[in-house]
Amino acid sequence: MAEPVVSPAAAGGGGRLRNAFGGVLCAFTLLLIGVLAFSIRLFSVIKYESVIHEFDPYFNFRVTQFLSKNGIYEFWNWFDDRTWYPLGRVIGGTVYPGLTLTAGTIWWLVNSLNIPLSVETVCVFTAPIFSANASWATYLLTKEAKGTGAGLMAAAILAMVPSYISRSVAGSYDNEAVAIFALIFTFYLYVKTLNTGSLFYATLNALSYFYMVCSWGGYTFIINLIPMHVLLCIVTGRYSSRLYIAYAPLVILGTLLAALVPVVGFNAVMTSEHFASFLVFIILHVVALVYYIKGLLTPRLFKVAMTLVISVGLAVCFAVVAILVAVVASSPTKGWSGRSLSLLDPTYASKYIPIIASVSEHQPPTWPSYFMDINVLAFLIPAGIISCFLPLSDASSFMVLYLVTAVYFSGVMVRLMLVLAPAACILSGIALSEVFGVLTRSIKFQLSKLFDDSPAASGESSPESSTNSNKSENRNEKSETAPKERPSKKNRKKEKEVAESVPVRPRKEKRLLALPFELSVMGILLLIVLGGFYVVHCVWAAAEAYSAPSIVLTSRSRDGLHVFDDFREAYAWLSHNTDVDDKVASWWDYGYQTTAMANRTVIVDNNTWNNTHIATVGTAMSSPEKAAWEIFNSLDVKYVLVVFGGLVGYPSDDINKFLWMVRIGGGVFPHIKEPDYLRDGQYRVDAQATPTMLNCLMYKLCYYRFVETDGKGFDRVRGYEIGKKHFKLTHFEEVFTTHHWMVRIYKLKPQKNRVRGKLKKAKSSAKTSSTLAAGRKKNPWQ
Amino acid sequence: MPRATSDARLLIQSLSKAYAATPTNLKIIDMYVVFTVATALIQVAYMGLVGSFPFNSFLSGVLSCIGTAVLAVCLRIQVNKDNKEFKDLPPERAFADFVLCNLVLHLVIMNFLG
Repeated sequence: MAEPVVSPAAAGGGGRLRNAFGGVLCAFTLLLIGVLAFSIRLFSVIKYESVIHEFDPYFNFRVTQFLSKNGIYEFWNWFDDRTWYPLGRVIGGTVYPGLTLTAGTIWWLVNSLNIPLSVETVCVFTAPIFSANASWATYLLTKEAKGTGAGLMAAAILAMVPSYISRSVAGSYDNEAVAIFALIFTFYLYVKTLNTGSLFYATLNALSYFYMVCSWGGYTFIINLIPMHVLLCIVTGRYSSRLYIAYAPLVILGTLLAALVPVVGFNAVMTSEHFASFLVFIILHVVALVYYIKGLLTPRLFKVAMTLVISVGLAVCFAVVAILVAVVASSPTKGWSGRSLSLLDPTYASKYIPIIASVSEHQPPTWPSYFMDINVLAFLIPAGIISCFLPLSDASSFMVLYLVTAVYFSGVMVRLMLVLAPAACILSGIALSEVFGVLTRSIKFQLSKLFDDSPAASGESSPESSTNSNKSENRNEKSETAPKERPSKKNRKKEKEVAESVPVRPRKEKRLLALPFELSVMGILLLIVLGGFYVVHCVWAAAEAYSAPSIVLTSRSRDGLHVFDDFREAYAWLSHNTDVDDKVASWWDYGYQTTAMANRTVIVDNNTWNNTHIATVGTAMSSPEKAAWEIFNSLDVKYVLVVFGGLVGYPSDDINKFLWMVRIGGGVFPHIKEPDYLRDGQYRVDAQATPTMLNCLMYKLCYYRFVETDGKGFDRVRGYEIGKKHFKLTHFEEVFTTHHWMVRIYKLKPQKNRVRGKLKKAKSSAKTSSTLAAGRKKNPWQ
Repeated sequence: MPRATSDARLLIQSLSKAYAATPTNLKIIDMYVVFTVATALIQVAYMGLVGSFPFNSFLSGVLSCIGTAVLAVCLRIQVNKDNKEFKDLPPERAFADFVLCNLVLHLVIMNFLG
C-alpha cells in the first residue's frame, strides 16, 4: 500500500503542467491504479504464504497443472477417474476453461521467456493481475459514459472495493477472478459499439463475450442484460442504427461462439436463459424495418404502411413467442437451469434443491454485508443514478439498468454481490466526479469573481445548487475518520481536469451551478474525508477480513499467534501413508482438496453434479456405524475423513454441516428423517440429543476419544459438553488425527470372517480369556 | 374496401418509387441480404423435412446465413449516404470492418461445423 500512497502525490505535482500532459497523467494514474489493485490483494501472501485458497481454487489449480503438463488436447479429452468414484468426471466437457487456459497461457509465456515460475505461483497471482485489468476496463467503460474524470474515479474505487477483493485476493484462484474483468470489458465494448456504431468494436465485443462465456456461468447475466437494454432503448424511442450494429452481430456471433465452449454447447440455443436475446433480436429487426420504411415514405403514407407493418410484425412476433413458449413448456424445468430458477424465484432453491441452498454463499445477504462489501458506495449510488439522468444517454441508461438488475441479483445471493460491485463503483465514480466538478467549478468561479469583480451571479444559485449542498451535507454525517492523503491527491487531480474543461463550457452553465465559496471548500473537504473513510475500510477488509486462505488458520490469543495447519497435515499423511488407489470418503466440501493435495480418489467433490451420489455419502454419515460401513464398503472406500473443530473452536466443521448431510441424504433416501436428529426442533449434540444423533457415524467419528482430551468432552464450538462420551468403534478404526484434532481419518475395518471361522475363533478365545467368554454367553452355538 | 386497395396500391407504388431512388451499391447489398435470408429459409425448410440430426451443422448453416445477412445490413447502414450518423466513416473502413467480422464469423462456423 505504501507505494501507491506516496506516488500519486508526485503525479499530482507533475499535473500542474496542464493540458499537454493530460493524457500522460491519465495513463500514469491508471498505471498506479493498476499497481494499487494488484498490491492491495497481496495481504494474503504477506500474512500467510503464497498458497492456493479454499476449495474450488484447488480444483482449478489441479486442472491447470494437468493442462501445463499434458497440453491442450489432452485437457479437452480429460476423463478424471480420481473423483466421483466409481463414476468419474469428464473434466474437459464440464468445466469453464477460461481461467485455466488464461493461467496456462501465462505460465507458458513466462516459461518460454525463461522465467522459471511454478504453476502454483502463476495461479496465485492470476487474480490480482486480472483485478488490475478489471479496474482499467472500468475506466474505459465509465469514460464512455461520463468522461475521463469519472472513469479515473470509478477505476480507483473499483481497484479496492471490498466485495471484489473478497473474490480476488492472491491465491483465490477462482473463475470470478477473470470473469469480472471479462464482464466489465464486454460491457465496455458494447457501450463503445453503441457510441461509435463500428462493426470492428462489435466483433471485439463478441470475442470478449466469448471469453466471458469461457470463464464463468455468469455470462447469462450479460446475454440477458444487453437485450434488456436494447429493449429499453427501443421502448423509450432511442432506437438508432448504432443500436442495431451493437446488438444484432453480437447475438449471432456470440451465440455461435458460446456454442463452441463444450460446457455450454447447444445450451446456447436450447435453454431459456438465452431466449430473451433471440426475442429481442427479432423485435429489433421489426423496429429496424419500421424505421427504414419511415425514412422512405411521406408521413401520410407512413401511417398507412404502419398498420400493415405492425400487423405483420406482431403476427410474426406472436408466432415466434408461441413456438418458444411451446418449446419451453415441454421441458420439465421450463427450460431454466436450477441455478437460474433460484435467481428468479428466491425461494426455489430452498424448496427443491437443498444442494444449492446448502452453500453459504448462495444465501440471501444481510444488510451489514452490503455495508461491509460496498461501504460508502451504497450512499453514493443514488447520486450517481441522478447524474446518469442528466443528461440521459444510451451509455448512462445502460449503467442505470446494470445497477438495478445487479442490486436485485445481489439481494438473492450473497456471491452475486460481486456483480453489483462494478456497477456500484461506476455509479459512485460518476457521482463523486460530478460533485467535484460542481464544487471546483464554483470555487473557480467565485475566485475569478473576486479578481474580476464582474457582474455577480450569487443570486442565481438555483435549486440545483441547493440540492447539491444538501447532498454534500448528507455525506458529512457518514464520515468521521481522519482523511488520508491518497484520495485527496487523486481528487486534486480531478479538480485539475475539471478546471481544464471549464473554459470550454458556456458561461451560462457556470452561473447556474455556482455555490458559495466556503460551502464548496467544505464540501470538497468532506468528500475527501468520505474517500478516506472508504480507503481505510477497504484496506482493513483486504488485510483482516478477506485474506485468510482457510487452508491455514491462525488465531491470536494472549500467548501469541497460533497457526493451525491441520488440513495440509492430514492431506500429507494421506498421500504418504495410503495406497495410490485408495478411496477416501468425506463430505463434498473436502473433495477438491483431497484430490489436489493428497492425490487420492474421492467419492464426491465440490462439483455437485450428481445429487444421488452426494446423498449416498450423506446417508452414510447419518447412519449408524454398521449401515454406514456397508454403504462405504459397497463404494470401495478405504478411509473416511471428517473435519472436527470442537477442540480448537473451528466453527465450519462437519458437525455444523451435518444437518445438510441429513437433508440431502433424506431427499433421496427417505429412511433418513431430519426430525430424528433434532430435539424439539433444535440441533444439539449434548446430553439432550436424540439417540439417532448420538449413534450416527458422524457423531462417532468426530467425538471418538474426545473425552480423553480434557476429561469432560467439552465442545468449544457448540459450547457444551457432548452427550455420549465413552464409546467404542466397531467397524472403523482411527488411523490418524492431526495436531489440533481438526481432521480425523478413519480406516474401514476389514470384513469379518465368515460364520464358521468366527465360531472357531470364538471357541479358541473362550479358552484363553474369561471376559470374552462371558461376553459371548448369549451365543446359541455354545 | 376499394379505398383500402387503392391505399395499398398507392403505398406499393410510392415504396417502389422511393426504393428506385436508392443508389446501386445499396441495391446490390439488398439483393445479397435477400439471397442469404432465402438460403436460410431453404435450410430451415430442409430441416423441417429431413430433421435436425447433426444439429451443429444445421445451426452453423442457418446462423451463417443469418449472420452474413445481419452483417450486410450493418454494412448497408454504414455506407448509406442518407444516414447522418455515419458521415465520418469512410466506406472503405466500413467494408474492412465488414470483412473482418465475416472472417471471424466464418472461422467460428468452420470450427462449429464439426
